[in-house]
Amino acid sequence: MKSCSMDEYDVIVVGAGHAGCEAALASARLGKKTLLLAINLESVAMMPCNPSIGGTGKGHLVREIDALGGEMGINIDKTFIQSKMLNTAKGSAVHSLRAQADKQLYHQEMKKTAENQENLDLKQEEATDIIINEGKVQGVITKTLVEYKCRAVILATGTFLRGRIFIGSTSYDSGPNGLSASIMLADNLKKHGIPLRRFKTGTPARALGSSVDKSKMKEQKGDDTITPFSFMNDDIEKEQVSCWLTYTNEKTHEVIRENLEKSALYGGYIEGIGPRYCPSIEDKVNRFSEKKRHQLFVEPEGTNTDEVYLQGMATSLPKDIQEAFYKTIAGLEKLKIVRPGYAIEYDCIDPRELKMSMENRSIENLFCAGQLNGSSGYEEAAAQGIMAGINAVLKIDGKEPFILDRSEAYIGVLIDDLVTKGTSEPYRIMTSRAEYRLVLRQDNADIRLTEKAYRLGLASQERYERVLRKKKIIEEEQRRFETTRIDRETANTFLNKKGGSGVKNSVTLSELLKRPEVSYEQLKDIDQERPKMKKHEAEELQVRIKYKGYIEKQQAQIERFRKTEHRKLDENMNYREIQGIREEAKQKLEALKPLSLGQASRISGVSPADINVIMIWLEKKKREKQRKQ
Amino acid sequence: MKETIAAVSTAYGEGGIGIVRISGDAAEQILTDIFVPAFDVPGKEGHKTQRKNTVGENRKLIYGTVTDPKTGEKIDEALAVFMKGPATYTREDIVEINCHGSVISLRKTLALVLSMGARPAENGEFTKRAFINGRLDLSQAEAVIDIIKAKTDKGFGIAMDQLSGKYSKEISDIRNRIKDILVQIAVNIDYPDEDIEEIMYEDLKKSVSQIGDMIGILIDSANTGRIIKEGLDVVIVGRPNVGKSSLLNALLRESRAIVTEIPGTTRDTIEETISLKGIPVKITDTAGIHYTDDHIERIGIKKSKSASEKADLIIFMLDASQRLTDEDREIMEAIIGKKTIVLINKTDLEKKLETDEIKKTLSSCRLIETSLLSGEGLSEIEEEIEKLVYGGHVKQQNSLLVTNARHETLLKEAARALLDAEKMISNGGALEFIEVDIKRSYDFLGEITGETVSDDIIEEVFSRFCLGK
Repeated sequence: MKSCSMDEYDVIVVGAGHAGCEAALASARLGKKTLLLAINLESVAMMPCNPSIGGTGKGHLVREIDALGGEMGINIDKTFIQSKMLNTAKGSAVHSLRAQADKQLYHQEMKKTAENQENLDLKQEEATDIIINEGKVQGVITKTLVEYKCRAVILATGTFLRGRIFIGSTSYDSGPNGLSASIMLADNLKKHGIPLRRFKTGTPARALGSSVDKSKMKEQKGDDTITPFSFMNDDIEKEQVSCWLTYTNEKTHEVIRENLEKSALYGGYIEGIGPRYCPSIEDKVNRFSEKKRHQLFVEPEGTNTDEVYLQGMATSLPKDIQEAFYKTIAGLEKLKIVRPGYAIEYDCIDPRELKMSMENRSIENLFCAGQLNGSSGYEEAAAQGIMAGINAVLKIDGKEPFILDRSEAYIGVLIDDLVTKGTSEPYRIMTSRAEYRLVLRQDNADIRLTEKAYRLGLASQERYERVLRKKKIIEEEQRRFETTRIDRETANTFLNKKGGSGVKNSVTLSELLKRPEVSYEQLKDIDQERPKMKKHEAEELQVRIKYKGYIEKQQAQIERFRKTEHRKLDENMNYREIQGIREEAKQKLEALKPLSLGQASRISGVSPADINVIMIWLEKKKREKQRKQ
Repeated sequence: MKETIAAVSTAYGEGGIGIVRISGDAAEQILTDIFVPAFDVPGKEGHKTQRKNTVGENRKLIYGTVTDPKTGEKIDEALAVFMKGPATYTREDIVEINCHGSVISLRKTLALVLSMGARPAENGEFTKRAFINGRLDLSQAEAVIDIIKAKTDKGFGIAMDQLSGKYSKEISDIRNRIKDILVQIAVNIDYPDEDIEEIMYEDLKKSVSQIGDMIGILIDSANTGRIIKEGLDVVIVGRPNVGKSSLLNALLRESRAIVTEIPGTTRDTIEETISLKGIPVKITDTAGIHYTDDHIERIGIKKSKSASEKADLIIFMLDASQRLTDEDREIMEAIIGKKTIVLINKTDLEKKLETDEIKKTLSSCRLIETSLLSGEGLSEIEEEIEKLVYGGHVKQQNSLLVTNARHETLLKEAARALLDAEKMISNGGALEFIEVDIKRSYDFLGEITGETVSDDIIEEVFSRFCLGK
């Protein structure tokens, strides 16, 4: 078999889903000649499951990707059909943006961006093998035996890798949405000694919106004022579409219970591990039998199609049972299903095989991102994609990797969780996973990250200047708030109106804002000189003042966290040499090779006593070295 | 700046002296704040005290009193020395306070030091710092690792003992209640779209305050727990010849369990430790004072006063056969407000003592009549001591007691964090901020039981709630 050699690239990205697109764009934008391979060009930035971007935690990730100069935020801003800020009843640290996407448009716009990107070639070709020479990846071979040489490869295979779809007792090799699976690549990765395991996910049926009786459902509208995802956009005005809420009932559950054994999952056909936070309806009915009803959101898949997504109803039951149970639901009596729900199993790696830079531990210059690493979700994939893209470039250039820690970004939490702790099911980000979520707000992602990205060369000059301006405005306004005094009388008249207790002396504006009953907006009545601020800037300011004590407390925790995080550990450290570490800890440390003492302390099986011993050992080594000099 | 650490660095138990050691940048400041050197010459009103002894002078042993700067309470007479780093054991600034060996005075001194900003040292931490700061040389390095390792293991063993049975269950129960709240909050924050009950602040406040009360009961037990572990300090006061020595001897005979006998070395008192119904009781008899001064009575009163300041319990002895003297009255004045048993001795003789005045001055104190000659009233004294130890917790005698100072600190922190949360709830603060304080409380308790992973909350979210697309 003779293969033909084609152009050489710096970076080749395998898979053009959400991880692949961000990886390829980052690499190309950093000036590297980049090739993005897709099994089918119709699958570029495809959304094979829910038609939305963002949500709790996920929205934070999109903001961070955007702050770093990624594409996801810009692309959803172009293509959303409904936008909603979640959790507005709670504090702004957990406000989370979510938008319903026009799936087709989302795909088209991302494809266009990739096509127009300088240094980037987008090609429809199935990668079937990687070329490894002396432990270093050097190229990619495709199904048509074309050999592409390169200096780094990023694998972002999603659910394509040995994908297999299950509906009832039937199953067949397939990628998502009926696209072909990537089988040869899976075989070859195994041959190269990369251990693979099986994960599973699922999706509900799609139906025609015209077959749904919306009069029996509750309308779910978008926000009146749209908050853009991208920090590059100020205001967006757009006609929005609604989603519709209905519920399952006892009858639905009865149908499902009677046919439980016919589902791929309960019939024992599936070996892959599915996520608990995203159970199929069979799972919900079975595991939470005391629940009398479950929510179902009817979500439009776009404006150019009548297809709707039945959110909350993922299933792997046979087609006829799907029809039967969906039709028991109020408003879905005449439902016309156009695509059945299915479960899909795919190959993925144990992310603990990766370094924090997302590079494979045993094969140099091979990076992995997205579902291949055991995560789930478009946003989680994209976040890993952009980081893998950046780090592949830095690796080629012989530079230090770009790593965000848990105190800097949700991206840091995501990657550290995956790489350090591993995951036993498809991993979803949650704000509860972030120790420092008061500081990691979605509205300050740009302040946290854009400067770093600007230094890397990924964030544009314009983006950088925007954040500098925002920072300056907020800081100046904060200073003004802390120094402007309101006389006692004015303050008491104002507080009286708000139902608050009075003050004895004059107070500063920030002291007033700290009161629970007072908002920045309301203070306008007695603060006429205020500068014009954008809504999100005002919000950021309000959080900074209102919750100053808490944020400072968290900052102090972060300082302590960084102390151990910055005690670096040598990757080649010989843990066998250290007396006093327990055997279990030794094995874990040897396998995971943590980069810092902090990372080591998060490995399950490594105790605080082990960390103490390592600290002392390091000190001893340091002193031996000093003595020799 | 490194945190300043402190610990009692002599073995617990009855020794002639005990040392509280402080290491770190704040050591000198703490000493200055809590230590009043003797021989201070008080200035005239409005003038500063002129000190002949300067606290903080490097490597000079100074005599004085450990004094709580907030209340002015004198905790112990002591010798203190400040040693400037790096030529010290830990290479940091070190202060050593040589107190009297009583566990009570050591405990109080340490508590005062901790309240001034030091934190309790972990097992082996002085040694660890000594090594990290380069005090120990290379050849000792491996040995140090072993020592620290051994200490950690031993500490772990002790912790396990503490955590047996009811105690660990109680903490776990409290922790589980907090976990329930955290899980509710997590699911409310991370799944706003789901069909899940919203958290009502009113309910939240009620649960938080209930949990706070549960922790409060544990904290209350800490004092009792400490006394049981470290002993009760009892001082017998009274003018000469009221029968103080006889009482001591009677108690010793009764208990038949003399733990130690240490003639006071510096204070000219006699201290005995007996085991009374399982409680170690250290009795200081001020009768052992060898007077050399002309103003015997004056000194006697002064001694009684200072001894009683440190005591957990005072036994004030009177002679039933004599009228109340001025000296009795002065002693009585000195001990007002202290936990006291009034013991009226010599009831076998003709009674001349009027008790009305005593009852009025020491209104809350128990009066017991005895004749030590005949042994009458002894068991009443013992019962009274026992009652005092358990205080309001008599009913809980078989219940759990917090006996570990580290645990006590953590419980207090946990309770404080919950109070912060309550305040935030009352102010209508945002849920994620309320969560921070509740989570802190959860983590503090976790440090007692040794579980601090927070993944368990997320685990619980998924197992208890039906979530997802």
